[in-house]
Amino acid sequence: MSGSPYAPHTEAETDAMLDAVGVDSVEELFDIPDSVRFDGEFGIDAKSEQAAVAETERRLAKNDDLAEFLGRGHYEHYVPSLVDHLSQRSEFITSYTQYQPEVTQGFLQVLFEYQSLLVELTGLGVANCSMYDEATALAEAALLAKRVRATSGDRVLVPDYVRDGHVSVLENYTAGADVTVERYPTDDGNVDLDALADVADDDVVLVYAENPTTVGTIEESLDAVGDLADDHDALFCLGSDPVAMSVLQRPADVGADVVVGDASVLGMPTSYGMGLGVFACKEEFLRQVPGRLVGASEDADGTRAYTLTLQTREQHIRKERATSNICTNQAWVALRAAIHAASLGADGLVDLANRMVELPRDLAARLDDVRGVQAPANDRHHFREFLAHTDQPAPAIAADLEAEGFAVNAVDDHHVQICVTDANEHATDALVAAFEEVAN
Amino acid sequence: MEYYDQARYQPADADNYEPLLSEKDQTSVDVDSPLPDDLTRDDVTLPSLEEPELARHYVRLSQQNYGVDSGPYPLGSCTMKYNPRFTEDVAAVDDASVHPDRSGDSVQGTLQLQYDLQDYLGRIGGMDAVTLQPPAGAAGEFAGILLAEAYHEANGEGHRDEVVVPDAAHGTNFASAALGGYDVVEIPSGDDGRVDIDALEAALGENTAALMLTNPNTLGLFERNIEQISEMVHDAGGLLYYDGANLNALLGRARPGDMGFDIMHFNVHKTFATPHGGGGPGAGPVGVTEDLAEFLPDPHVRKTESGQYERYTPERSVGKVHGFEGNWLVLVKAFAYIDRLGDDGLSDASAKAVLNANYLAEQVEYDVPLGPFHHEFVASAGDQDAADVAKRMLDYGVHPPTTKWPELVDEALMTEPTEVETKSNLDDLADAFNAVAGEDDETLANAPTRTTARLIDQTTAARNPRLSWHDLD
Repeated sequence: MSGSPYAPHTEAETDAMLDAVGVDSVEELFDIPDSVRFDGEFGIDAKSEQAAVAETERRLAKNDDLAEFLGRGHYEHYVPSLVDHLSQRSEFITSYTQYQPEVTQGFLQVLFEYQSLLVELTGLGVANCSMYDEATALAEAALLAKRVRATSGDRVLVPDYVRDGHVSVLENYTAGADVTVERYPTDDGNVDLDALADVADDDVVLVYAENPTTVGTIEESLDAVGDLADDHDALFCLGSDPVAMSVLQRPADVGADVVVGDASVLGMPTSYGMGLGVFACKEEFLRQVPGRLVGASEDADGTRAYTLTLQTREQHIRKERATSNICTNQAWVALRAAIHAASLGADGLVDLANRMVELPRDLAARLDDVRGVQAPANDRHHFREFLAHTDQPAPAIAADLEAEGFAVNAVDDHHVQICVTDANEHATDALVAAFEEVAN
Repeated sequence: MEYYDQARYQPADADNYEPLLSEKDQTSVDVDSPLPDDLTRDDVTLPSLEEPELARHYVRLSQQNYGVDSGPYPLGSCTMKYNPRFTEDVAAVDDASVHPDRSGDSVQGTLQLQYDLQDYLGRIGGMDAVTLQPPAGAAGEFAGILLAEAYHEANGEGHRDEVVVPDAAHGTNFASAALGGYDVVEIPSGDDGRVDIDALEAALGENTAALMLTNPNTLGLFERNIEQISEMVHDAGGLLYYDGANLNALLGRARPGDMGFDIMHFNVHKTFATPHGGGGPGAGPVGVTEDLAEFLPDPHVRKTESGQYERYTPERSVGKVHGFEGNWLVLVKAFAYIDRLGDDGLSDASAKAVLNANYLAEQVEYDVPLGPFHHEFVASAGDQDAADVAKRMLDYGVHPPTTKWPELVDEALMTEPTEVETKSNLDDLADAFNAVAGEDDETLANAPTRTTARLIDQTTAARNPRLSWHDLD
């Protein structure tokens, strides 16, 4: 084989086109000085489709086949088959951003429905149609807070349970706006209100908390966190996800100004951490929202139609004064989440969320019966996951479990974190048995 | 020429539209949970449909959407090329989808694929090291800005607070530099559509952190003075950043690293055919020279002497730009695509993309200034409104070019056919351009008429934002 298999030119066509352009060879069209011309090779052999598939799969097959009980901000639920089949429709997957709404009504309507889902779940007035992931969405929330609270300071407060990597993203995104990120302590897995009150002052622009938290606990005093943020004229940003929001306190009801999170809990496999950033906020911040928004309008016949709107916030128009640099977002991932949510419906989402309360409760109780394990380590309600105290060093237990075919997180010397959902529930008996082998 | 009748997808009563899910059965569910009442919400109201109806809903919506598989999509600067489907299959295998917290030992396959893709991209870009973490091109730009800042800080040059950007650059360049806290110094292009050397000279100085450059630029023109530009930026103590949006025009012909660029990003959803998915996900790997490798995001992947692959934190890493490691499934697709094409295929893709752009530019009757063109060109709609021209082109069954940008060309029609169109497709595309070129303002102003929706009122959408079904009557 020579040449791109996806450039369909025959030799005769190529010749005719060269003639029309008035050159003898394609190389004449490359207006590149000789001194910077590349005349080497990459050393990559072209392959048949079959061989290229085999090469990629050969590498991936080296991954061990483990039952994953990993969460900490990235979760897997069973994805209905319908999601794969519909999202793979080539009109969806091979299209671009909806710059010409008249021929992209389908995708625009899906995104409008995705925004609507998040408005329903958060209770806030506005949701955009995706950021990259929870970490970058949180960073954008901090930047929004800095803009709308510009006169009152530069501190962002996040609880100590937030993943280091997420904090690193937040710090990187906000450093240019001279924002400082500080962690506040928590108590038994939840926000320590007194400790938070001690560090909060009028220089704070954003207070962040999660529900459920990265360690799997359900926060019990979000109203108070919201009030505290309010007292200092700071925004209250809540991190959550669409499954959790289906049963937990409605973010708007606890005073959230902004909701961020990862909606890849719907529609996506674990994907090595690929995300779908949620961004929703109160309507008063509409013109400060980062990213794309789909709005309803009418076409020339008066029929309802959808279009990207308020684009004057965006980088392609506002350049360095844009609300964000985001261009390519996670639209197709949002489409998958929307289809998954629609296929569950309200009943299905609530049922799924309730199971995410019951499964960790039941698994923790079983592990608590294993000698050398106390679970859950936090005296809290849990969602999907929990910390377990181990008498033996946690890293050694995680390594031993891995040898037995299970992946769990060792979070410090004597705590492992275990996440259980409908995706790995079938392996819980075996996990408990493995713990009995290794935890003693 | 004949109309392309998108309306055929519509139901018989064509003024009907696909109803929103909210207009189908909505169910309000009281939340009854094992949790205490004060920790839960009262109810959730969402549509409730059975699977057959949902399947038809989304299939009908897909039919109201134009993709690369529907027809030509010459959207300039976006490289809308055909997405081969086998890459979807490899991204869907179970082993592609592991949790990001898995131990390195247990995901040797993932790490090897990351390592090999880093290696492929390094070779293609002429760069010494590559991070795969940025989840999109703009995120890659931002990562590049962080790298430049870390580099200058490490060299005691932290005072450099300006990033120079040509006026023809993508909007993301400006926004990414600003996100990093830099002042943007915009420079005008010269009469030849390329970097104005005098303007660049005037803009560079002791505060210059970097010049962000697209080459070929957004007019499709190769910056022939790239070596001089590189020397000027480096003499001023700045770094040269390559915006990879137009890399499809150079594959196998020139490499950013060889031209003097210190940092670059790749848009794998453009150059390496991973689907744009209606606006994402993409992936924006960033390549750097050896001097900058120690600053790359955390984690990076290397091969040990024993042949194992491991994650590590580069010595002076800038930290993270994504919560985990970016849009992994997109990167798997990019690897499979590069592996399929190899040297010959990549080089030929570039050749045909450039040939197609020049051929189409030749066939279009609108004024096409400058040239020769790399994989895109910018025509001027002259007396016609470029946005109206685009709407009218929809009636001829093709996706229109990017319009009104770059602003250097009046009523710009920025056109990038890519390598995947045949000569006859290009002739059809040219026919669409040329048919519209002869039409009167009223016809244009009333277009499109043959699409799923007719001309959509953007003004009302912005003045009276209705952003969810809760805002509808």
